[in-house]
Amino acid sequence: MSHPSVVTIDSRSAPRVLFSGNQLVEVDLPTGTRVVYPKPPLAPLKDVDAAIRYAINHPHNSEPLYAKLRPGMKVTIAVDDISLPLPPMKRPDVRERVLTIVLDLLADYGVDDIEIIIATSVHRRMKDWEVRHVVGDKIFKAFWPKKLYNHDAENLANMKYIGTTEFGEEVELNRRAVESDLIIYVNLNLVPMDGGHKSVAVGLCGYRSLRAHHNPRVMRNCHSYMDPSSSELNTSVVRMGKLASKKLNVFTIETTINNRMFDMPLEFLAKNEDDLTRTEKNALRALRFTLEQLPQAARQAIFQRVPAPFGVTGVFAGETEAVHEHTLRRSYEQYLVPVVGQSDILITGIPYISPYNVNSFLNPLLVQVMANGYLFNLYKGVPMVKKGGTMIILHPCTDLFDNDHHAPYIEFVHRLLPHTRDAMELHKEWEPKFAKNPAYIEMYRYGNSYHPTHPFFMWYWGEAGRQHLGRMIVVGADNEYIPQLLGWETARTMDEALRMAKQTAPPNPNIMALHCPPIFMTEMSAEKSRAPIAALPSE
Amino acid sequence: MAASYFDVDGTLIRTNLVHPTLYYVLHQNTPLHSMAKLGTALVKAPWMAYAETRDRRIFNELLFTSYGGMSEDRLVGLADETFDRVIKPNIYPGARDLVQTSLDKGHDVVIVSGALDFLMQLLARHLGATDVIANKLEIKDRHATGKLLRPVVAGPEKARLIREHARGRGHDLDECFAYSDSYSDVPMLSIVGHPAAVNPDRKLKLLASAYHWPIINVA
Repeated sequence: MSHPSVVTIDSRSAPRVLFSGNQLVEVDLPTGTRVVYPKPPLAPLKDVDAAIRYAINHPHNSEPLYAKLRPGMKVTIAVDDISLPLPPMKRPDVRERVLTIVLDLLADYGVDDIEIIIATSVHRRMKDWEVRHVVGDKIFKAFWPKKLYNHDAENLANMKYIGTTEFGEEVELNRRAVESDLIIYVNLNLVPMDGGHKSVAVGLCGYRSLRAHHNPRVMRNCHSYMDPSSSELNTSVVRMGKLASKKLNVFTIETTINNRMFDMPLEFLAKNEDDLTRTEKNALRALRFTLEQLPQAARQAIFQRVPAPFGVTGVFAGETEAVHEHTLRRSYEQYLVPVVGQSDILITGIPYISPYNVNSFLNPLLVQVMANGYLFNLYKGVPMVKKGGTMIILHPCTDLFDNDHHAPYIEFVHRLLPHTRDAMELHKEWEPKFAKNPAYIEMYRYGNSYHPTHPFFMWYWGEAGRQHLGRMIVVGADNEYIPQLLGWETARTMDEALRMAKQTAPPNPNIMALHCPPIFMTEMSAEKSRAPIAALPSE
Repeated sequence: MAASYFDVDGTLIRTNLVHPTLYYVLHQNTPLHSMAKLGTALVKAPWMAYAETRDRRIFNELLFTSYGGMSEDRLVGLADETFDRVIKPNIYPGARDLVQTSLDKGHDVVIVSGALDFLMQLLARHLGATDVIANKLEIKDRHATGKLLRPVVAGPEKARLIREHARGRGHDLDECFAYSDSYSDVPMLSIVGHPAAVNPDRKLKLLASAYHWPIINVA
């Protein structure tokens, strides 16, 4: 018997409604298709502030935060950036709540040399109003811009090398953080890939450190990103994080949220279509009709400008690794859906948002990130689709880029991909050139652009998926050029895509569909007997 | 190795050709001399305004007639003061960073400007740039004639001069960078592999957006 979040389509089933960018598309899936839904949202904490206070006063494997403080000490607080959560959460953001309590505590103990750094790594700088949304008005007014600012990985005078691991990974971090008496990291954990040593070792690093693990070889050995124990990326980051932890004084505060992405009027988008009430069906029909009539910019605004009502489900503080075990457990509790039996054909809609296009457009390179990268990797155990299988995605693949946020992506897609899709060739021949491009570096440092090497990391992000899948078919593309560049086939409808996929699939192929967002993960086992959930320490 | 070619007025500095010219006009040997020069320049102002809308080269040539009659000694002698008082305080801090980043990445950094060479040499030295392509005044009997030596550095001529420079230095233009704020510099931007609009005017911004050129704000 399958989990309640796994629905098998039969002859009486309603069509499924899947995201295709910022549109909703109705698809009739064949009888026998397993559709995986997210679990219902975990109940949020009743008193988040109390949970924060408890966590910092009863940390894991560490003395309480107050015991680490003394007057006159230098403290740096690092905060996760705009890539978390997705979409941005309603105010107050949980980071604002943590920061408020932490800053009060620091003030009580006479600590006033405090700087707050948005740990962007090589992501784009956050704009002032975006920072204000995360930290709240009071903290923003008190600290921005001299004592609250974005990390700048290309300000080489403000980066400090602290050591090299036994595997040759160079750890170079933000100088202010390294030279502080205490680093407090305020994390918001959306998915199991986040948090842990990734916070400091990646959030505050630059290209010199990132290239140790953000490369094709490492990405190909991640099975999956969401299962840290099977991810070479995580293994590398842990080595670098351990080195950092030996040399620095880090107090980690991690928070988890549930998956309540849609607020009241749109909550039905997470539901099984067969369970929709008449009112919800009418609302869905009206929403689909409205989206079809609106221009792209208006559709984007509808989804992207409405913050999500995520509930905070956990706050954990203390030593990084000890904290992260608890974070992971809470994360898996929300996301993991056990599924037995890999598919031959995996179907998913690609939504309008990724970690890298908050407040901008999901360009073709990011469609690839979502398809081959994130959605393919939403598993623990074995991939959701068999080796050589087919993935069918829904997205228009519009050839549109945000010039301010994604300038280097444009050249990557239009100039490099026509030349080669080979990740190793791109890594060896082109990545070093982009890394030294002064115009893109200027846009990263003073504008709001991703670092010039970021499009390469985005391409590598899809490597595990690309190496595993036999075919990728995109339904509903509004052009042929982009799918061709990405190495994808096109189909006008889901029926056509399924016909195409079946040509190279075994007879009576096993078909699975992901009803996402909101986010979930499958705990996949290939055999009929269910695989045990990985053992985690008891609370 | 790549080269980075930088326009100056509006790109690296806030001021334009008129500001240093005015400084020279107002600092002649005697106040009477300065007033006379200023009067002549004011008479030509409407023509210059019209020329600016038609062709940058014609504007440059009209503007630089103001230097006619100035001695070579005076031109060179006032250069440091003009640079210190008019140009240096108006260098965009972001522009300084951009030039430094280019130098740090091993680029040949070249100033390309319609301004006068003796002023641009000072700017290049100040920023650490390796070369200058700029206008030169015609000198006769140790005095400026008010004419510019050919070729006049403006518009498409900048592109030709950049090509010549790159060829002479062995740079592959595909690997080179060019930065400007003005639509009149589209020729210079178009011949390199990495054009970028810096504090662009409206027309250049539209074009840069359409062709996905990086748009940088250093102001």
